[in-house]
Amino acid sequence: MTGLLFLIPIALAMGLAGLLTFLWALRSGQFDDLDGAGGRILFDEDVPRRRKTQPPSQPRSTSP
Amino acid sequence: MLAGEAGEFCCAGCAAAYAFIRELGLDRYYTGRTLDPAARRPRPPEESAEDAAVFAVASEDGTASLSLLVDGLHCAACVWLIEQALQRDPAVVSARVNLTSRRLALRWQGGVEGAAPLVRLVQRLGYRVVPFDPASAASASEEERVLLRALAVAGFASANVMLLSIAIWSGFGEMGPATRDLLHWVSALIALPALAYAGQPFFRSALAALRAGRTNMEVPISIGVILAAGTSLWETARSGEHAYFESVVMLLFFLLVGRYLDRRARGRVRSTAEHLLRFSAQPAAVRAADGSVQRRPVATLRTGESVLVAAGERVPVDGRVIEGRSAVDKSLIDGETLPLAVAPGSDLLAGMLNLGAPLTVTVTAVGERTFLAEVVRLMEAAERGRARLVALSDRIARRYAPAVHLLALLTFVGWVLVRPWQEALLNAVAVLIITCPCALGLAVPVVQVVASNRLFRRGVLLKSATALERLAEVDTVVFDKTGTLTLGQPEFRPDADLDPAALAIAAGLAARSRHPLSRALCRAAAEVPAADGVEEHPGEGLSRRTAAGEIRLGSRRWCAPAAAVAAEDGDPELWLARPGAAPVRFRFSDRLRPDAVEVVAALRSSGKRLLLLSGDRAEPVRWVAAALDIAEWHAGVTPAEKSRTLDRLKGEGARVLMVGDGLNDGPALASAHVSMSPSTAADLCQTAADVVFQGVSLGAVTEVLKVARSSGALVRENIGFAIVYNLAAVPLAIAGLVTPLIAAAAMSASSILVVANALRLGRQA
Repeated sequence: MTGLLFLIPIALAMGLAGLLTFLWALRSGQFDDLDGAGGRILFDEDVPRRRKTQPPSQPRSTSP
Repeated sequence: MLAGEAGEFCCAGCAAAYAFIRELGLDRYYTGRTLDPAARRPRPPEESAEDAAVFAVASEDGTASLSLLVDGLHCAACVWLIEQALQRDPAVVSARVNLTSRRLALRWQGGVEGAAPLVRLVQRLGYRVVPFDPASAASASEEERVLLRALAVAGFASANVMLLSIAIWSGFGEMGPATRDLLHWVSALIALPALAYAGQPFFRSALAALRAGRTNMEVPISIGVILAAGTSLWETARSGEHAYFESVVMLLFFLLVGRYLDRRARGRVRSTAEHLLRFSAQPAAVRAADGSVQRRPVATLRTGESVLVAAGERVPVDGRVIEGRSAVDKSLIDGETLPLAVAPGSDLLAGMLNLGAPLTVTVTAVGERTFLAEVVRLMEAAERGRARLVALSDRIARRYAPAVHLLALLTFVGWVLVRPWQEALLNAVAVLIITCPCALGLAVPVVQVVASNRLFRRGVLLKSATALERLAEVDTVVFDKTGTLTLGQPEFRPDADLDPAALAIAAGLAARSRHPLSRALCRAAAEVPAADGVEEHPGEGLSRRTAAGEIRLGSRRWCAPAAAVAAEDGDPELWLARPGAAPVRFRFSDRLRPDAVEVVAALRSSGKRLLLLSGDRAEPVRWVAAALDIAEWHAGVTPAEKSRTLDRLKGEGARVLMVGDGLNDGPALASAHVSMSPSTAADLCQTAADVVFQGVSLGAVTEVLKVARSSGALVRENIGFAIVYNLAAVPLAIAGLVTPLIAAAAMSASSILVVANALRLGRQA
């Protein structure tokens, strides 16, 4: 039964990690466009961008 | 864009867009796109880039930004095309298209003057854009995020508490009380904070209802979860067995899912209404000092300018009448259905409808604020429509809540006579938990979301929440002709011997009207200024008094009753009657919607009674009725007669679906049991109709009826199921036999069954 003392905190920590990841994704705008996001992967960015200051596939940061 | 893969273009604008896309090297777009053949095609831009660029905002770090709504987005290929094309511009820092909200967020290096070329670039790709204020959209999506956060917390809590509960249940009888108490305490530690956070949407609504002296669905939910959490904590403290933590958080989770789906569907309707309004917003007719009329976007109007408002048109801005007498419908603003008489000096608000004669209005307030106020009023008007006809689920909920409270109270009183009060309270709580309308709260929203999503994909927008329930009862369909069975975009066909002077006079009158024939006439003679003192007579035409006598432009019956019958050829026509000259005829041609024949045949074979009521002359109406095989048709029907006909049908017990557009149909749409309108309709209809559909296809009518029938059946099935479930479970709860295990299992099983049943609707072809 001492195993419980480890397993319960571990299970809770994993669950909390999932919750926090979801809340982060929500905050960073990843749930703003549920229709378009799935289609983006179908189009590679084979045209190189001219400006090098921006990483090629940057997820959108918090909207200004 | 392309009319077909074979390389045919529907117009010069599409050919230009194709050439431009090729030139950019982005023609992969054409292999990647998935066009819905029924959907609206993007049109070549009519707006100037400068109008949209006015709204650009400069920020301190040397960049500027602009938010645009994009019309004509079909799929991810459009998103890719716009983003790629914009990112080729070295000045562009970021360009991001949101396919859900159809918004483009654009940021570039430099000042606001850089906006116009970028906007023009998007327009050259073939998309229409209008600017909007991003702050105005923030509050609605924030509300959705709050719900989603609560949903996430409740989901996390229910998963973890359930994990612990399964351990308790599977170890039942073998587990020592110390271990069980430990697991209960951990459950409480997770469940109570989650309840405090995720339960807020329900607690707030319940408190508001109680303060107002009413009760609603949230009251039994709130009482149930708080009592259940309280007694569970107390059981845990005295190391008892009956802790309901998993039921509490699971109940919250399921209810929040229903709430979130409902919220998302309504947000989508709202944003689509906003989108439609922005793009269908007619440019306002601005009159300059010299009397010439110029059509300009509402956003460019300034205070003090004079705007013409034709009959059947909505007032585009807040203003004051300076010329003309008329009546306005202000039902959009305060729900008042009696028309208000206006004269010079009266104040008007954006969104009022001009019912009678043309008005000239001086602008007193402009901008985003008046527009958004109009959207909010439109949506509130739809909500009021909901209040008039209470939805089935609300009717049930209103009786359900008091019954549940009474039942729980009786359980408590009954048990307290024979057992200690603690046990009586536990049994009463079990009744509250088991009767919590989880299945109901989830079943109806899921059906509505699935149904409205399915219709949304076909370009059909449900404006009223109860429209689906009413559509399912329809047994009679009444069609209007012009713009409903036909495409309603008549083109003027000048006769060889047409007198240009007559055309100029007619176009001057027609400039004051939004009737399709008037608009077509104006397109043919664009340079003619609008005439003064024009009165509109709905269903008849326009008239203007001059020194020589009255000039009339309108139907044959009204303008030229004595004209030769030989000219009857079924085409739409306008007649101009002038004092001292023979009546002049203007001919137009109109076409049937491409699938009108199949749709009407399908309706007839499903046993619907079909009628055609048109304000048009007998000849074209007979032609359309014969082409579609509609036996009952009436031509030359005035708006009042249409309303009377519908009332008579109602008196005979018929449930009438009115499909109509145009100024003539406004009263008929309002008096029908349920009404549909193409989105090309005059604004009057967009407020009166329950359902608005887009595109040239009439198939929306059969599709809507089909979805309404199946969703009505689903809602009844789900409610029936919830009743059966309660009949089975409530006696167990009253008898004190419901353990936490039974409560949790019954609740999740019923919810999953109800949702699965609702999802069938989306799968049917």
